Amino acid sequence: MIRAVGLTKTIGRKEILRGIDIDIPSGQFVTVFGPNGAGKSTLLKTLALISRPTKGEIFIDSMDTRKNTDSLRQKIGVISHNTFLYENLTARENLEFYGRMYRVKDLKNRIFDVVSQVGLDFSINDPVRTFSRGMQQRLAIARAILHDPAVLYLDEPYTGLDPHAIQILNDVLSQLNLQKRTVFLITHNFEEGIMMSDRVLFVVRGKIVYDGGRDALEKNDLRSLYLDKVKGAA
Amino acid sequence: MKEPVNTPSLTDRVLGWGTFLAVTVALYLVFMWVPNEKIQGPVSKIIYFHIASAWLAFFAFFVVMVCSIIYLKTKDLKWDIISYASAEIGVLFTTIVLVTGPIWGRASWNAWWTWDHRLTTTLILWFIYIAYLMIRSSFNEEEKKARFSAVFGIIGFIDVPIVWMSIRWWRTIHPNIVSSGGFAMDPSMVQTLLVSLGAFTLLYFYLLRKGILIQKMRSEFELLKQELGTGR
Amino acid sequence: MHMLTGIRAIVQKDLAAEFRTRELLSSMLVFAVLTIIVFVFAFDPTKAVIRQVFPGMVWVCFIFAAVLGLNRSFVSEKTNDCITGLILCPVDRSVIYFGKLTANFIYVTIVEIVTLPLFAVLFNYKIPLQAVPALVLVIFLGTLGFTAVGTFLAALSSNARSSEVLLPVILFPVTVPVVLGAVQATAAILSGALTAEWVSWVKILGAFDAVFLVVPFVLFEYVLDM
Repeated sequence: MIRAVGLTKTIGRKEILRGIDIDIPSGQFVTVFGPNGAGKSTLLKTLALISRPTKGEIFIDSMDTRKNTDSLRQKIGVISHNTFLYENLTARENLEFYGRMYRVKDLKNRIFDVVSQVGLDFSINDPVRTFSRGMQQRLAIARAILHDPAVLYLDEPYTGLDPHAIQILNDVLSQLNLQKRTVFLITHNFEEGIMMSDRVLFVVRGKIVYDGGRDALEKNDLRSLYLDKVKGAA
Repeated sequence: MKEPVNTPSLTDRVLGWGTFLAVTVALYLVFMWVPNEKIQGPVSKIIYFHIASAWLAFFAFFVVMVCSIIYLKTKDLKWDIISYASAEIGVLFTTIVLVTGPIWGRASWNAWWTWDHRLTTTLILWFIYIAYLMIRSSFNEEEKKARFSAVFGIIGFIDVPIVWMSIRWWRTIHPNIVSSGGFAMDPSMVQTLLVSLGAFTLLYFYLLRKGILIQKMRSEFELLKQELGTGR
Repeated sequence: MHMLTGIRAIVQKDLAAEFRTRELLSSMLVFAVLTIIVFVFAFDPTKAVIRQVFPGMVWVCFIFAAVLGLNRSFVSEKTNDCITGLILCPVDRSVIYFGKLTANFIYVTIVEIVTLPLFAVLFNYKIPLQAVPALVLVIFLGTLGFTAVGTFLAALSSNARSSEVLLPVILFPVTVPVVLGAVQATAAILSGALTAEWVSWVKILGAFDAVFLVVPFVLFEYVLDM
């Protein structure tokens, strides 16, 4: 599904990513852990085609992302701590806008589907500015899955969520998992992060220092392994 | 990477002495050899600097555009450094044009500033590349600084012919009371001007190398500062 | 054509948000009217000199109001990082540019439609009826050129630390041909000059517009890439 070869990203004279190779098969749920400033978000941004790598290649479905970049973006959905929502528009208008940009078919019904999935049926005509943080984040989830992306990138989605919103996000994720969608999740939250994960990556100082299947890991091991790897690499 | 950057290479030395020689010859020709223009007298000698500076500035801005295009294609900061050094030289010599122009104008047209189309275009050019330098100072991240100034370096140069056309057309409908034309060029004056243009072109490359060197030293200094900072 | 769908979606999104709050349009309009009033104080509206400086005043007012709008154009996309949402969209980068350009063009046009009659009334300036079609053409071309470069440079400067200060300084020198052409053509048309006298200005405006509508196709992706 996604393959990256020799990714480096230099901003100014700082090397944020230092040669990352990764191959994520279709339908895999990958969780990424790492200390702050390790380059996790930058990795996500380059894989999601938001920013270009300094060096290296990214393939989506074995297609080079430097060509057909715009059409390959159709396969990508992103949830970050920023919602990408327009505050002066209503929930429906926001989804209509993104739906049209993504050429979503049968947009009206699709909007109803995703909105009920995140439990915002009754607020659909309210301006986003009146939403609580949790509601905005739920709408952001709806926005990200609106065009049914083949791969969903999540950048610390759990921060600032109330338990209800966490529950909804987990439901959405497990449903995507059932539908064999690829998920790439960055988090600091071991509990939530490991729950559905197939594979765990540790990123430290712009490099992948650990890459393993989740079968080999128990929750408690994970924490100590993480601390071990972070110390070893720093 | 750690070869010392402060010992001048052979090219630098040849270029430095070549420039020195060329400028000396040009100065000799301008002040000793070439006769004064008949009507304007000694002040006419300023054109050898005025026109040569204008040529140099224009050439410098052309280099900015070319290096900007190459930078956007390769994302190699080396080209950004050349663009920056060239833009600085260009602005410096545009300033010289803007200073020498009125001096000459005062003597020949009896007015410091006339909205002559060449002078006005130069003034706009000066503002465009001041804007270029301001864009550079508005960004901290080196990559953004390089990318956005490269984009502007291309746009600015594309704009120059349109600016020139529009201002020339503006002046033809509102003609100057004093005409700026009618400068009888003696063959010896043309020769002097050509030598002067050559000398200024050499001077440009000499200054460019110096500018690049300074820029490289500056970024190496930044790097050292960073290393020291993280080492603590 | 999908390009047009995308452009229309962006324009409708921008207009819907704007007409809900009217933050931008109202400040542009108030500012434009204030500019007129400053001009009334600066130049005695009863003097004959008004006939000569009228086109210049009109365009100064339009351009100042336009800069106000352009400044907000991309800065407003920074709230909730909406600009990243736009970058993620599977459309050509020029769609984003033309969507934003169209929205800005509409704002400035609205301001112009309101202020131009006001100018005529407050300065007691009669705009001859037969001059209107030519005037509309010149205002269209001038506004298009200014907002075309303005939208592009607004996207560029929105990334800077002090973008509101930066934009006018980098925008005005580049748009000298538009300002010159628009003012001169307007003056010629209003004074009832022959078509030949202003048609070359229209050509310069047209050339400028053409160049700066094509350039973003190539360069806009470098402005957006984060």
